[in-house]
Amino acid sequence: MDLQTLTYVVVGATFALYLGIAFWARAGSTSEFYVAGGGVHPITNGMATAADWMSAASFISMAGLISNMGYGGAVFLMGWTGGYVLLACLLAPYLRKFGKFTVPQFIGDRYYSQTARTVAVVCLLVASTTYIIGQMTGVGVTFSRFLGVSSETGIYIGQAIVFFYAVFGGMKGITYTQVAQYIVLILAYVVPAIFISLNLTGNFLPQLGLSSSLAGTDVSLLAKLDQVVTDLGFGKYTTTAAGSTLNMFFYTVSLMIGTAGLPHVIVRFFTVPKVSDARASAGWALVFIALLYTTAPAVGAMARLNLFGTVNTAVGIGSGADGQMVVKSDVVKANGDLFAAESSLKYEDRPEWMKRWEKTGLLKFTDKNGDGRIQFYNDATKNEVVKGKAEAAGWKGNELTVNADIIVLANPEIAKLPNWVIALVAAGGLAAALSTAAGLLMAISSAVSHDLIKGAINPNISEKNELLAGKISMAVAIVISGWLGLNPPSFAAGTVALAFGIAASTIFPAIMMGIFSKSINDKGASAGMLAGLFVTLFYVFAHKGIFFIKGTEFTDLIGGANSFFTITPEAFGTVGAIVNFAVAFIVSKMTKPVPAHIAELVESVRVPKGAGGAVAH
Amino acid sequence: MKDDSNARAYWSATLGLLTKVLVIWFVVSYGFGILFAGALNNISFGGAPLGFWFAQQGSIYVFIALIFWYAKKMGDIDRKFGMQED
Repeated sequence: MDLQTLTYVVVGATFALYLGIAFWARAGSTSEFYVAGGGVHPITNGMATAADWMSAASFISMAGLISNMGYGGAVFLMGWTGGYVLLACLLAPYLRKFGKFTVPQFIGDRYYSQTARTVAVVCLLVASTTYIIGQMTGVGVTFSRFLGVSSETGIYIGQAIVFFYAVFGGMKGITYTQVAQYIVLILAYVVPAIFISLNLTGNFLPQLGLSSSLAGTDVSLLAKLDQVVTDLGFGKYTTTAAGSTLNMFFYTVSLMIGTAGLPHVIVRFFTVPKVSDARASAGWALVFIALLYTTAPAVGAMARLNLFGTVNTAVGIGSGADGQMVVKSDVVKANGDLFAAESSLKYEDRPEWMKRWEKTGLLKFTDKNGDGRIQFYNDATKNEVVKGKAEAAGWKGNELTVNADIIVLANPEIAKLPNWVIALVAAGGLAAALSTAAGLLMAISSAVSHDLIKGAINPNISEKNELLAGKISMAVAIVISGWLGLNPPSFAAGTVALAFGIAASTIFPAIMMGIFSKSINDKGASAGMLAGLFVTLFYVFAHKGIFFIKGTEFTDLIGGANSFFTITPEAFGTVGAIVNFAVAFIVSKMTKPVPAHIAELVESVRVPKGAGGAVAH
Repeated sequence: MKDDSNARAYWSATLGLLTKVLVIWFVVSYGFGILFAGALNNISFGGAPLGFWFAQQGSIYVFIALIFWYAKKMGDIDRKFGMQED
C-alpha cells in the first residue's frame, strides 16, 4: 500500500474510534456535559489531562523548535512540565474542595463579585481563543502534508471535526475520547523515536540515547552534533540559550504559571472524586506528559543530526543497507571536511521526503552558487573561520530553509522509517491538535453559558437553553480561531506560548491569591486581572499586531522589539503576573476589607475535610 | 476555639511542606537548568553536559517525584490533624 492510502486508512480509523466513543458516551444532563459526573479515576483522568494538555504545540511544534534552538528549547520542556508542580500543590486540591465546576465561578464566589467573575470570563476567552489559533495552525500543517490538501482546506476539515464531537459529545465523551487520543499520540511520538535512537546510538530508550555515544564509535551524539553545527556556523547545540538569561528565566516562569492558570487544565481536577485524588491526578498527568516531554529533546537532537547527515555526507550519518539513516562509524571517526565539494548532497539525489515537503512550501531550496548541490549552513555567522572556509569552498549563502513546524512530522521520513510509522505520526499530530482544541472549547462554552449568561444575564435560563448557549459559543469560537489560524502570529508553539502568557498574567494570580491570602478583595482582584491582561496584551500586540492582525504591529511605540529588558513577547506573561499581584495588593489595601463570611470560605477551602461531590450550584 | 488552633497548625504544616516543595522545584529548574547551567556544563553526565541535561531531562524527572512525594506527605498531614476526607 502506498504512503498516501495508508495515511488515509490510519487517520480514518483513529477518527472513527474517537467519534464512536463520543457517540457512545453522549452527554445527558448539564452536570454530565461539564464534569462527567465527578467520578473519573485519577489514572484515567491523568491520561485524559495529558491528551488535553499535549496539543499541536507539544506534538508537532516543540521538538522542531528544540531542534533549532538547542539548549534554549528547554524553556518549553521545563515550563510545560514544571507548571504541574504548582498545579498539584497550589491550586488543584483547593479548587476541588471548593467544589464548583468553572474557574470564573470560583473567582466570582471568592471575590463575592459578579464583576470579578465577568473579568475572569473575558481573560479566559482571550487566552483560550489564542490557544486554539495555535491548534488550528497545527491541524492545517498536518492535513496539508498528509492528505495532500491546502492548509486552508486542512483548517476547514479540522473545524468541522472538532465541532462535531465537542458539540455532540460533551465532557464525558471527551474524557474517554481523550484517553484513546492519548494512546494514539504517545505511540505516534515514541515509536519513531525508538527506531531512530536504535539506529543512531544502539540504545532503544531515546531518553538514554540522547546522552549516548553514536553507534560503533566513542563520540557522544551531543558532542558530534555540537561539532557539526558549530563547524557550519550555528550556535553550539548544548549551550545556546533562548535570548538573555533573564528572558529564559521569565519565559519559563510564564509557561509554568500559565499551565497552572489555563482553565481547560484546571477544570480536569474538578472531575476527580476526592481532594486527595486531585493531588495524585496532577502527578499521574505529569507521568503521561513526561513520556513525551523527555522524548522530545532526543527527537530534536537526533532530527537535527539526521538532517545534517542527509545533506552533508561528511557528517557520517547516512542511508544504511535497509535504507534507514544509520551511523557510518568510519566517517564519524575520520571527521571529514564538511566543506569539501563532494560532501554536499546533489540536489537531484535528494531523498523523497524533501520532494514531498517542497510541495507544501515549508521546505525550500535555492541553488545560489549554481553547483547543483545543497549547501546548508549559517551564512549569517560571525565566526570568521567558518566564513573563510565557506568562501574558499565557493559557497554563496545558505541554500536550504526548513520550517521548524515540519520537523516532527518529517522526522520518520528523514530517518526513512517504514510507511506505517509515518502514517501513525500523522494520526498522532491530529489527535494532539483536536483533543486540545476540544478541551478548550469546553472551557469556552462553560464560561459563556454558565458564568456569563446564567451568572450575569439571565439567571433563570432553563437547563436546555444553557446547553444550547454553550454549543453556540463553541461554534463561534471555532469559526473565529479558524479564521485567525489562516494567518497565525507565530509557529504553533509560539502562538500557544502567547496564550500561556495571557493565562499567567490574569487567571493564575487571581486564583492563587484567592486561596493563600484573605486580604485580597473584590476590587483588588478585578483591577489586578485587568491590569495584567492589559500590559501583557499591549506588549504582545505591539510585536504581533492588534488581535494578531498582520500590519497593525506598533513596536516603534515601545522603543523597538523586545525593548523591555530584552524580554520577548512570549515571555512577557511573567511581567504581567507581577503587575497583577502588585495592583491587586495595592487596590485591596485602599478599599474595603474582605467580609467575614468570605474569610471563612477561604478557611474551609484550605482543608480537605467535608468535600462533597462536584456540584452544579 | 480548639478547632481554630488545630486549623491554624494544619495550615502552617501545609505551608511548611509547600515551601520545601517549591524550593526543590526552583533549584532543579531555574537553578540547575538556567542560572548555574553554564557552570554545571563542565561536568559530563553520561555523554551530556550536566546543565543541559537538567534543563532538558533531569528537572522533569524531579518534578514527577516531587508531586507524588507532596501528595503522600500531604496525606500524612491531613491524617495527623484529622482533616482527611470522610
